[in-house]
Amino acid sequence: MSPPEQRGAMTSVRPSVAPVLLRYGATALVAFALFGLILAISGKDPIASYRDILASTLGSTYGLSEVIVTMTPLLLTALAVAIPSRVGLINVGGEGQLIMGACLSTWAALTFAGLPAWLLLPIMALLGMIGGAAWAWIPGQLRARGLVNETISTLLLNPVAALIASFLIFGYWHSPMDTNKTAVFSESARLPRLLDTRIDLGLIMGLALLALFWYIMRSTRWGLEMRALGGNPVAARLNGLPARRYTIVALCLGGAVAGLAGMAMVSGYYGALLANFSRGVGFLGFLVCWLAGGSALGIVVTSFVVSIILAGGNLLQLTRDVPYSTINILLAITLFAVLARPDFTRLRSAR
Amino acid sequence: MLSVRAFSKRFGGVLANDSISLDVLPGEVHALLGENGAGKSTLVKCIYGFYRRDAGELMVDGHPQEISSPHDARAMGIGMVFQNLTLIPALSVAENVALFLPDLPRIPDLKSIAEALRSLGERYSLKVDPWALVRDLSIGQQQKAELLKLLMARSCILIFDEPTRVLAPHEVQGFFHVVRRLVEDDLAVILITHKLDEVLAIADRITVLRQGRVAGQVTRTEATEAGLIRLMFDKDVTRSPIARPEAQAAGGPPVLELIKASSRGDGAEVSLHQVDLVLNAGEIVGVAGVSGNGQKELGELILGSIACAEGTKRLFGAPSTNQPIWDIRRSGVSYIPENPLAMAAIPYMTVLENMAVTHTSSYARRGGLSMDWQAVEADADRAWRRLGFSVSSYLPARSLSGGNLQRMVIARELLHDPRLIIASYLTRGLDVQSAQAARSALLQARDRGASVLLISEDLEELFEYSDRLLVMFEGRFVGEFMPADTDIYEIGRLMTGSEATYVAS
Repeated sequence: MSPPEQRGAMTSVRPSVAPVLLRYGATALVAFALFGLILAISGKDPIASYRDILASTLGSTYGLSEVIVTMTPLLLTALAVAIPSRVGLINVGGEGQLIMGACLSTWAALTFAGLPAWLLLPIMALLGMIGGAAWAWIPGQLRARGLVNETISTLLLNPVAALIASFLIFGYWHSPMDTNKTAVFSESARLPRLLDTRIDLGLIMGLALLALFWYIMRSTRWGLEMRALGGNPVAARLNGLPARRYTIVALCLGGAVAGLAGMAMVSGYYGALLANFSRGVGFLGFLVCWLAGGSALGIVVTSFVVSIILAGGNLLQLTRDVPYSTINILLAITLFAVLARPDFTRLRSAR
Repeated sequence: MLSVRAFSKRFGGVLANDSISLDVLPGEVHALLGENGAGKSTLVKCIYGFYRRDAGELMVDGHPQEISSPHDARAMGIGMVFQNLTLIPALSVAENVALFLPDLPRIPDLKSIAEALRSLGERYSLKVDPWALVRDLSIGQQQKAELLKLLMARSCILIFDEPTRVLAPHEVQGFFHVVRRLVEDDLAVILITHKLDEVLAIADRITVLRQGRVAGQVTRTEATEAGLIRLMFDKDVTRSPIARPEAQAAGGPPVLELIKASSRGDGAEVSLHQVDLVLNAGEIVGVAGVSGNGQKELGELILGSIACAEGTKRLFGAPSTNQPIWDIRRSGVSYIPENPLAMAAIPYMTVLENMAVTHTSSYARRGGLSMDWQAVEADADRAWRRLGFSVSSYLPARSLSGGNLQRMVIARELLHDPRLIIASYLTRGLDVQSAQAARSALLQARDRGASVLLISEDLEELFEYSDRLLVMFEGRFVGEFMPADTDIYEIGRLMTGSEATYVAS
């Protein structure tokens, strides 16, 4: 018997917009202030640095296209986190799923190099999705059977995937000249570029899948069932929704999207498989998804902002002699501030 | 030793404690007896500083005291053993005890604590290995450790909240022995329970609570079973019985058959033991019992949420022991659980979405690519018309009051002409008119040939609406009656376990 708790849960409603904005504004401010402090300590002018970042990214067509190039895989890896999060699962394995997807599609690119692009690219995409989905299927099964928490198992499978990729590259696939990457893919295994820039078809795939995700969640039966499972797993199960099946399917779909991101990176951006090629894009997707609260539009906006920081950081390294790793500090501070989720409204009502 | 004067506590519109007074003397076992919801737990939580009382006075050793937190209560020598034990599993017993000591030095001397535990344990026959990790102990041993913890902290008023619920029958005798030793040393014990045999076996004085008030106070020598049951269950208001047609015996196979079905509960959960149950089409079968005696598990076992560890289950004439929930639901089983917010509703979704969620496939169009919300709305309207109450369709479920939430769940579960309805605490949170409407909806469903399992603590409701009445106690059926052949006292006796004869199956 616990009337006070029940009443509390029933009378409180969804937070209104203003506190949410306040929360994100304050979070961003804290992150930028802390990073400015770090810049100041290392003897750089924080204001000038921030101005440089904006000028170099949004100030020119080339800068903007670089931001979009950076953003392309983030859209997909963020979606890979968003899908399972809708049924209440936390997928921290985007990195590993991306690598496995990249490995499988690389295999196709190297093996069927002679096929025409209209045939080879779909094969690569399919294999990439299968690779990522298979890697997510393992934690999905473990979770559905109640054996292992998916947060732990997806996270721990990441280095395993990276080591498998290294094993394949160093052991079998490396080109005659290099030991740490494969030969450059044939032209038919490269994703087509858009508008004479370095932006490739991966961007369209990412945006299309996000639109599809938004539609499915909003309008379809499966979206309704997934929201129910995420909203109250106990009630959803008692209401007759197949919780286990959704656990596995949602994780596999997330993995497939991450695998597609891997395919897009090797086929579009690099044109080869490199050891450590992903540079944490899978984890960044997690950051983006949490910042965006898992919504499709939010992912587009947030990954754009994060990409500005990333692309700007590259330039900061050149012009202001700031080590690139400081950019990682900024992102880590942001992630911390977001995950800690200071709730300013609750602070006041708690006492 | 401890005096409570005119305690009152209100939760929203419910007066959980209505000017309760009682005295606890040193060297006595004082039992608080009452149904669930009678206000026992609220009262002791106010004493222990967990809740803040609205009115009333508390005196310890004759002095008025203010207790605003469990910390204050402990400082005054009041200790409480909760139903959910509060030990830290990863630490040893001695470490758990040390954490709780009021004057713990910076570097605790665990060896001397362990020594003290041993001597205390011998004195009160509470033998627990001080170095054992709590997670390796059985529930019974954990309870002993919890009690040792309180004794080490020099508590002299001990409150037990349904202590025997987690104990096996042979452990109960051991526990009583311990309690007797405690009161011999002039400690005071407050025992919360709803089991009559325990009260009669151990209590020196008995305070019976009913609907938040003291219904009576008796000493053990005056106490009789019949007298206590009358105090516990007599209702102030009696409803006029409604006229209802007798159940028509319908043909066909039974809707549900449970044959020696058992479930395994972990820890404080209840296990079902070899439950036999047959439900026929067109009847309402009432299940009486104090909550926590396996009714929830019975409902979930039928629904398929809890596995049948042993025995078989047949639904509508076909075996369904291992059928998943969605198949069972699709075959026409409805479930109105006892806690709609936690077990039936999705808080962030709207009422309409919640109405659709049990039958997503029947509202899906174009293979699931879209949902026919107009059909959902039409069905919802039909349900509101039939029931005579309604809930706004576009509010999120979490903004509804408890009563409206219950209305939503009832409407949803009765919507698709179910063939078996499991209804736990159907009328919880409903006003009189809505409750009546919900009950008559069940009668209508029965007359259409559905079978209804009505789980309730409200004996009058059960007597009025059941065609057959079963009594559950500690995970078993302990009695089966036609409502006309029995009375509230007999059922009450069985519910409280004072008659240990199980019905031969």
